[in-house]
Amino acid sequence: MLTVNGLSYRHAGALRPSLLDVDLVLGDGEVLGVIGANDSGKTTLCLVLAGLAPRIVGGTLSGRLSIDGVDAGSLRMHDLPALVGIGFDDPATQLSGVAATVFEEVAFGPANLGVPRDELIDRTANALEALAISHLAERDPARLSGGQQQLVAIASILALRPRHVVLDEPTAQLDPSGTALVGDALERLAGQGVSILVVEHKTDLLARIASRVVALDGGRVVLEGPAKEVLADPALVDLGVAPPSDVRLRRALVTALLDPTQLEGARA
Amino acid sequence: MTDIRVEGLVHVYEGGVRALDGVDLAIGAGERVALIGQNGSGKTTLVRHFDGLLRPTSGRVLVGGVDAAERTVAQLAREVGLVFQDPDRQIFASTVRGEVEFGPRNLGLRGAALRSAVGEALAATGLEKAADLNPYDLGTSRRKLLALASVLAMGTAVVVLDEPTTGQDMRGMAIVEEIVGTVQAAGRTVIAISHDMRFVAERFERIVVMRQGRVVLDGSPSEVFAADHWETLRSTFVEPPLPAILGARLKLGATPTDRALVSALKSRG
Repeated sequence: MLTVNGLSYRHAGALRPSLLDVDLVLGDGEVLGVIGANDSGKTTLCLVLAGLAPRIVGGTLSGRLSIDGVDAGSLRMHDLPALVGIGFDDPATQLSGVAATVFEEVAFGPANLGVPRDELIDRTANALEALAISHLAERDPARLSGGQQQLVAIASILALRPRHVVLDEPTAQLDPSGTALVGDALERLAGQGVSILVVEHKTDLLARIASRVVALDGGRVVLEGPAKEVLADPALVDLGVAPPSDVRLRRALVTALLDPTQLEGARA
Repeated sequence: MTDIRVEGLVHVYEGGVRALDGVDLAIGAGERVALIGQNGSGKTTLVRHFDGLLRPTSGRVLVGGVDAAERTVAQLAREVGLVFQDPDRQIFASTVRGEVEFGPRNLGLRGAALRSAVGEALAATGLEKAADLNPYDLGTSRRKLLALASVLAMGTAVVVLDEPTTGQDMRGMAIVEEIVGTVQAAGRTVIAISHDMRFVAERFERIVVMRQGRVVLDGSPSEVFAADHWETLRSTFVEPPLPAILGARLKLGATPTDRALVSALKSRG
């Protein structure tokens, strides 16, 4: 479980804080979606939860972050990756740049944690399989398409087998099927008790996998609740968040004075 | 006016990956075309031939009727502006304004003409107030808009956008959608690669679908997203937009957008 109390954070040199008085609980086995316009604090929240801010990127933090009941400040930096896995929106930031093949890239993280050879091979193969990229195992990561690199980056987080996963727009560059694969993988992980926080502009994906959704605006939590309710909240548009296709379509019908229930029969 | 013709284009990367496997495609001047298809299907590889960043293994690309092989990247860049998927591959100036100025200045624009090209591009992308900032003080999504502004300012006849809506919030989406419209209204060709089916169905008049280095479908949103093509679309990992699926199930015909579905429901009564 990740718990955040009264958390505020200001980036080094920034005039305003990026997060203001945030309270958040991320339970084991839960998928929590985070939405909000750009510059609303979503990426900063990921950096704080993964322990990278302020330790690595500087800035000032107040409030408290605890990981499985332990104050994050008392944990050693090199213990964090096995506890909280973080995935960035740009796979170029994520890939090590030192691996010659996708297999080596995905094995790189757990190898650094000292995972024994047999288990290392096992974990790597499983992570590749979970994202349906086993066929890319021998390819050079630098020569993959942007979307394929994103799947490799996510596989490398899965291979670390962290108890908590924080993902910043994990499907930004993925085709619809890649997006669905990531969704499946996250649901499976959550089923194993891993807690997952995922920042997404793709509200369709959140509607499918998230149990709860939090909306940020100017660094504050402004909406929080069951995914279904938050994603259908009319305030979403004012927050600069595009509602799921389903909600949009329903509204288009209502605006045209049509009965939205006539679509029900056509849903799968 | 600049049209693009692609004839039997094959591209094999060093190491043997066959990214394009015989593409034939004609894009007329002033058209608005979306390229869709799974990751690794060759979309980005294809558009990089339009401004000479990649050269064919075999086949050829004609830009404005002239074989691209006979022209340098600098010459092609005067006609084809390409906005990369990753903005950090093209941003290098120390201010937002400097970044946007670089392209048109290289094309020889000076004085009032330069100022107006830069001003218009900054306004279109909503970056006027950020003009004096360092590009790296902007978040990724606004850096993407900056990369777009720097290409717009060059006034090229063809504008190619590689996943322009990725990472954009609703406001960013609206900016990109409006730019697609205004660029085409100015008679320029817009080619966009996208995985956002709502965006392509609502904003493009023609959709080209790629799979494993080939073109497998080519037509209007109504044609491409029609039920008899779903199997082909899914074979290249594309899921039709929700209104297309619901419209077909309700036997309303092709309804690729919310608007089309609403009007089909209305006329059914």
